[in-house]
Amino acid sequence: MLRDNTSKVVLIGGILIILFGAVAPNWIVNQLMFGFSRALAILGLLVLWRTGLVSFGHAFYFGLGAYTVAILDIQLGVTDVFVRLLGGACLAGLAGFLVGFIMRNYRDIFFAMLNTAISMVLYGIIVKTESLGSTDGFAISLPTIFGVAPETKYPLFVVITTVAIVSALLINFYLKTTIGRLTTPIRDNEIRVEYLGFSVAHAIHLKYTMSAILAGGAGALMAMSLGQVDPDSMINWTVSGELVFITILSGPGNVIAPFIGSLVFEVLRTYAFELAPHLWQLIVGGTFLTIIFFLPGGIWSLISKLGRSTS
Amino acid sequence: MTESKPILEVRDLLKTFGAVVAAKDINVDVRKGEIVGIIGANGAGKTCFVNMVTGYLKPTSGSIAFDGVQLVGKGPREVTHAGISRSFQVSQVFHTMTVAENLMIALAIAKNRGFAALREMDSPDLLTRRDDVLTRYHLDSYKDMTVNVLSQGVRKLLDIAMAVVSEPRILLLDEPTSGISVEEKFGFMDVVIEALREDEVTVLFVEHDMEIVERYVSRVLAFYQGEIIADMSPKKALADAKVQEFVIGTRH
Amino acid sequence: METFLTILLDGLQFSSYLFIVSAGLTIIFGVMKILNVCHGSFYAWGAYTSAFFIGKFSEMGLPDGLGFVVIVASAIIVGLVLGFLIEQLILKHMYHRDEVLIVLATFGLFLVLEDVILIAFGTDPYFAYQPMALLDSVEMGGIVRDVYGLTLIGVAALVAAGCWFLLNKTKWGTILKAVIFDREMGISMGINVPFVYTLTFIGGAILGGLGGAYIAPTISVAPGLGTEVIVLSFAVVVVGGMGSIMGAAIGSVIIGLLRALAVHELPQVELFVVFAVMAVVLVFRPEGLFAPAKPRKI
Repeated sequence: MLRDNTSKVVLIGGILIILFGAVAPNWIVNQLMFGFSRALAILGLLVLWRTGLVSFGHAFYFGLGAYTVAILDIQLGVTDVFVRLLGGACLAGLAGFLVGFIMRNYRDIFFAMLNTAISMVLYGIIVKTESLGSTDGFAISLPTIFGVAPETKYPLFVVITTVAIVSALLINFYLKTTIGRLTTPIRDNEIRVEYLGFSVAHAIHLKYTMSAILAGGAGALMAMSLGQVDPDSMINWTVSGELVFITILSGPGNVIAPFIGSLVFEVLRTYAFELAPHLWQLIVGGTFLTIIFFLPGGIWSLISKLGRSTS
Repeated sequence: MTESKPILEVRDLLKTFGAVVAAKDINVDVRKGEIVGIIGANGAGKTCFVNMVTGYLKPTSGSIAFDGVQLVGKGPREVTHAGISRSFQVSQVFHTMTVAENLMIALAIAKNRGFAALREMDSPDLLTRRDDVLTRYHLDSYKDMTVNVLSQGVRKLLDIAMAVVSEPRILLLDEPTSGISVEEKFGFMDVVIEALREDEVTVLFVEHDMEIVERYVSRVLAFYQGEIIADMSPKKALADAKVQEFVIGTRH
Repeated sequence: METFLTILLDGLQFSSYLFIVSAGLTIIFGVMKILNVCHGSFYAWGAYTSAFFIGKFSEMGLPDGLGFVVIVASAIIVGLVLGFLIEQLILKHMYHRDEVLIVLATFGLFLVLEDVILIAFGTDPYFAYQPMALLDSVEMGGIVRDVYGLTLIGVAALVAAGCWFLLNKTKWGTILKAVIFDREMGISMGINVPFVYTLTFIGGAILGGLGGAYIAPTISVAPGLGTEVIVLSFAVVVVGGMGSIMGAAIGSVIIGLLRALAVHELPQVELFVVFAVMAVVLVFRPEGLFAPAKPRKI
């Protein structure tokens, strides 16, 4: 399972990053936490993207994960990082599994828009419900790890990076299995897949549920690293748009790509807000068009080209 | 051929689209090892028949029994699981993938049923099988080429090869030689039929080309306006007055 | 009774402006199979252009009645310039690519154009109340309404009638319907499809611009107004059936009335109700209520 190059890079790179985090300045650790949290959601969208499916509503699962953490914290006083993470991922996964029964029959823009509609229904509910924090959202306490309340964010960073490593390894393996390979074939020709004897609906349902679990986990981790949740930065359609943007930016080539793409996104955003606060959308939109026209494989295609020319 | 019980029994098949009758009174028995040619003009109901047997279209009424199992109501996937595969008039392959990848995914789906689908796909066993199929269908030299860049003839070979990797007991070929040049067609059919005979597959194939029909089939089904007007040996069929008038025409 | 009338008129006015914008969106989708996210930008640019010039002309002491000319001119200019540029520079080179990728490209364009608006017009809101003030208000059934708002319903009816006439009574309509039904068939009939695409996109863009230009006098024209409208007009075309003018009309009325009802009676569900209707329609009628017929492809 861990014999291929990608797995080795993920493992070794991940451990090095965890060590690096111990000595790195706070702001870098923060960027890495945000980047890696979000990258989990991108990992799921990558699988869908390879299958030819783009969801313009995965903020639904991202938000479910984040709000589960908030509710666990505020209503039930749950502080443990793993309980919160599992809670967020499982609830989002359950929702994804149920919604998946409908979603597996949709393709193209219908798939994209039904996801948008569902996420906006949740957004509408939360924005108008006082007990769910309305537009202000909630502040979330720093999580405890194995019962210990850490004094810095470093232990949370270690947890997030570990989760990222494990998820990347699992998805990397999944993409090598028969059902995991059924991405491009479904995009190319569904009829043939059915005639070969595999249910396209089942394959898509599984991928969709996986993407929901990952997005939920991403939301839960993001909520804990930010220390707060609010509808506009967790569930609004612009969040879904951001997730799609990072997916395209990263490229579908490899499970490492989402992590690089998410970090580039975080850095890009931080600098853009400092240097040209009014040009953020222009930068994102311009990057979008550039990638679609000139770099369809995203950042990953640059890296793999670089790797090939040096070796 | 031994006079055993037929493996495919089609009874009183009817298919209508609104007021249009696409197939009616279709009764056919096919025995193991037969190679049956299905002929008829465009719109005579040939592809409709193939689509019904393989579960793409649901007949309005009638029954299709395969080895005693009722196929009506089953979809393409279940029909494939039952042991019937098909190829397509316009090759249905994965056009952004290479020939080897196409075959590999076909093999993996056929061999890794159920929870085996969660195991790594590229097992040594499947890779050997893949290379074997590549050789038997003369696809070796195209192995690493993307389907997009291949000629129609190679795509059709691949299309058929993908249909047989599940080791079906019946294979339906929908116009295997359409889109293939006159010079290539016999070479192409030799490759296909030889490979299929080796596997003892029962074959039904839709064909426009009477030279191909004469050369490869053991029996002919002639369709006209949704009905079977002749079910006989190729020699007899080609001499039959009705077949000449309605199928072959003045010179099709 | 008065509340009922208020809801009805609010709803119809809201529907009218939704319809004008959505008609453009649905025509573009019907003919070109493009879900054009940057349609929201046409709307925003229309609103800004008309608000800017109405304000300028008023400062220069020109008669307020000129505002109506400005509105129409803004829509046409925005549609012609932006529509033409976007179609020629970007979309034309993408027609062979995945539907979803084109949506993403128009999303990128939308984001770019949102910021270009900020650069061009700044962050302060514009108020172009003059045309509205000119028409004054009227009392009907016990409530007072702005006449300007009521004319919006008339404009929408005019747009609907215009579209209907164009599609059903002119040679152009026949050509469009052929391309809508089957692009390949259109090509084989000798229709200059690329040219039809360019004109369609410009026409759709003008309608998007008109929606913005006409609504500008009734709102404060401020950053972000394109975002709300694109999401709402998506809901409209999904509910009505993408590519159908009739569908856009029905969808607008459903969404407009429901939203007005929610705003007055149950403000908590205002946002929720639009998307809930959209989701329900997608689940039970994926093609929308009035999807145009499609050719069989097998």
